[in-house]
Amino acid sequence: MVEKKAKKEQTPRSKMPEQAPEVRNKNFLEVPLGLTPEMAMTEASRCLQCKKPACVEGCPVSVDIPGFIARIADGDFNGAAVKLWERNALPAVCGRVCPQEIQCEGLCILGKKGDSVAIGYLERFAADFARENGTAELPKVAEKTGKKVAVIGSGPSGLTVAGDLIVKGHDVTIFEAFHQTGGVLVYGIPEFRLPKSIVASEVATLEKLGVNIETNSVVGATVTIDELFEEGYDAVYVGVGAGLPRFMNLPGENFIGVFSANEYLTRTNLMKAYRFPEYDTPVARGKNVVVLGAGNVAMDAARTAMRLGAESVKVVYRRSRAEMPARAEELHHAEEEGIEFILLTNPTRFFGDENGRLTGMECLKMELGEPDASGRRRPVAVAGSEYTIECDLVVVSVGAQPNPLLTNATPDITLNRWGNIEADPATGKTTKKGVWAGGDIVTGMATVILAMGAGREAADSIHDYLTLGW
Amino acid sequence: MFEIVNREEMAQGTIVLNEIDAPRIARKAKPGQFVILQANEKGERIPLTMADVDPEKGTITIIYMIVGKSTKVFGSMQVGENYYAVIGPLGKATHIEKRGKVVCVGGGTGIAVLHPITRALKEAGNEVTTILGSRNKDLLILEDKMTSASHHLHICTDDGSRGHHGFVTDVLKDILAKEKIDLVVAIGPVPMMKFVSMITKEKGVETLVSLNPIMVDGTGMCGGCRVSVGGTTKFACVDGPEFDGHAVDYDELSKRLTAYQADEKISLEECKQNI
Repeated sequence: MVEKKAKKEQTPRSKMPEQAPEVRNKNFLEVPLGLTPEMAMTEASRCLQCKKPACVEGCPVSVDIPGFIARIADGDFNGAAVKLWERNALPAVCGRVCPQEIQCEGLCILGKKGDSVAIGYLERFAADFARENGTAELPKVAEKTGKKVAVIGSGPSGLTVAGDLIVKGHDVTIFEAFHQTGGVLVYGIPEFRLPKSIVASEVATLEKLGVNIETNSVVGATVTIDELFEEGYDAVYVGVGAGLPRFMNLPGENFIGVFSANEYLTRTNLMKAYRFPEYDTPVARGKNVVVLGAGNVAMDAARTAMRLGAESVKVVYRRSRAEMPARAEELHHAEEEGIEFILLTNPTRFFGDENGRLTGMECLKMELGEPDASGRRRPVAVAGSEYTIECDLVVVSVGAQPNPLLTNATPDITLNRWGNIEADPATGKTTKKGVWAGGDIVTGMATVILAMGAGREAADSIHDYLTLGW
Repeated sequence: MFEIVNREEMAQGTIVLNEIDAPRIARKAKPGQFVILQANEKGERIPLTMADVDPEKGTITIIYMIVGKSTKVFGSMQVGENYYAVIGPLGKATHIEKRGKVVCVGGGTGIAVLHPITRALKEAGNEVTTILGSRNKDLLILEDKMTSASHHLHICTDDGSRGHHGFVTDVLKDILAKEKIDLVVAIGPVPMMKFVSMITKEKGVETLVSLNPIMVDGTGMCGGCRVSVGGTTKFACVDGPEFDGHAVDYDELSKRLTAYQADEKISLEECKQNI
């Protein structure tokens, strides 16, 4: 036994094949290519099958990680996918976009001495295998309860709620403001990180199970929550995300060429502007691009700019590398693709020409002072360190705040002082009877998997409400 | 969904009216609000303010001039065909109340946007004087409807082919010189709204304008439509589209509207070749 364990520790972690950096930074195809069945089985056999698996505690939706990995090790790939679906409605998505290094993989016992099991790669492998081979088994749907649930927003949390409740026998309708479902999975995360066909396939599965989808419906504008109750819905789940971009309120921010990351990515991803003029929506193609911010959205914007033909792409961030919130893998990918990082630097104003087009940006150098409330060291401007960066395109990616469109139309829902909906952290219940909320509209900008975790808890609570009463 | 139930060509086919089946939107829409439309899956999202709604029939009406690829595609769609997406009603509704004497100024297809607002202002008990402007008599739209929506109506054409030979601002100046006006509503091309606002500012007459910046989602999530109003940045899609005409930075708006000029040309050329 000891010998066997030692051997497993010596097996190196599988490396996922990828498109070469100098090839992929010119196309929108997915960068990591996925594990082969042989690689997946080898990687799965590294798992120690812990009796008390720490990895599961690191997963916000508590996937039976050793369970699905054991099936991959045995070559039962469909069985692995079915195991995943018990807890996770979107495994092909989560395997790609979760920050596993701070979740499941961060707690893997093998990671203490060497490399943790590549749980994300394996999750992706099982989900992709089942989808590509058409062998995915649909979960069994319970007998109809006759209860109707409206899910507002088709991002990760809404899709999770819809999937959970349809399986429990309720009638579910998703209301989506855009013309396509998926929320940030379709407008935000680029094709090269998450192919849109995967999101479409996950949504198609929900439709096969009986979920209705009403796109082009802006709840708060097209219809209100109270009107949904009048139409006979018994419960409502609000998962509308944090879709409102923050700008920096600097002079010159309205020059042509300064975009929010939301606009830049929505044009490119949702509207497929990277295929203009085959698709009608244009997107600015900068020569010298600057992205402000250092989260995953900033990395997506920077890598997108490179693919749209930029000569240089700079990520400008006011803190140091250690504080960058983007996933390690995304930073690594961005660097490989030729993106420069200008750290401890903050913009102070933008310059433009007489036609209102951006020509440059003034910056100040920063140094790190004392830690602030978030525990990160606060950047302090270095006096007299102003200098100019020439650029014709700036993408502002410094976060997002909750969109008030729905909450303004629903005055009896209590918000906190940042405009987020107040919801019971254990159940997702809001202050309005029959209404639950979860994901970024409650927490502020967070991760796909946390939104899904919130959706899962809300779905359980809604089910209790519909079957047992509030 | 979003079937075209009625289509009319106005102004020698350069301006087109579509009445579209959209019951949910028709039930909720108020004067001043807009919709985002997308013709087909590869299309772009275009904002248009509604010219009319019929809640009982469940339809909304849009009127647009064919100026580029997307409006060309819209204009080619016939009765029975469907828009791929129609989203709304978006933006804030016009604040309608009894103010006294109101002047409504409309230019070009802005008249379509002005129509439901003018009607509502008249219904609210205001004395409504309307000034309509167009380049020539053939491009003038909705004259009948605007006549019944107003107490007094003036027409101006740039070439003198109909009514006053000159700009709407000439007539407005005359009116402001003679009477005390309580509110001016101006909707049309940016230069028109800019000059109307300059004139009314001198007289201290409150002025509402409806802005038409570039939009993508129309729900506040991207900021593509941002405008400077009174020195602060506003999103026209959620904070507007109507603003205090005296506070708007029109020069910035004009410049921002040129952001994609080169691409718009490419798109239109490509579309012409394919027809």
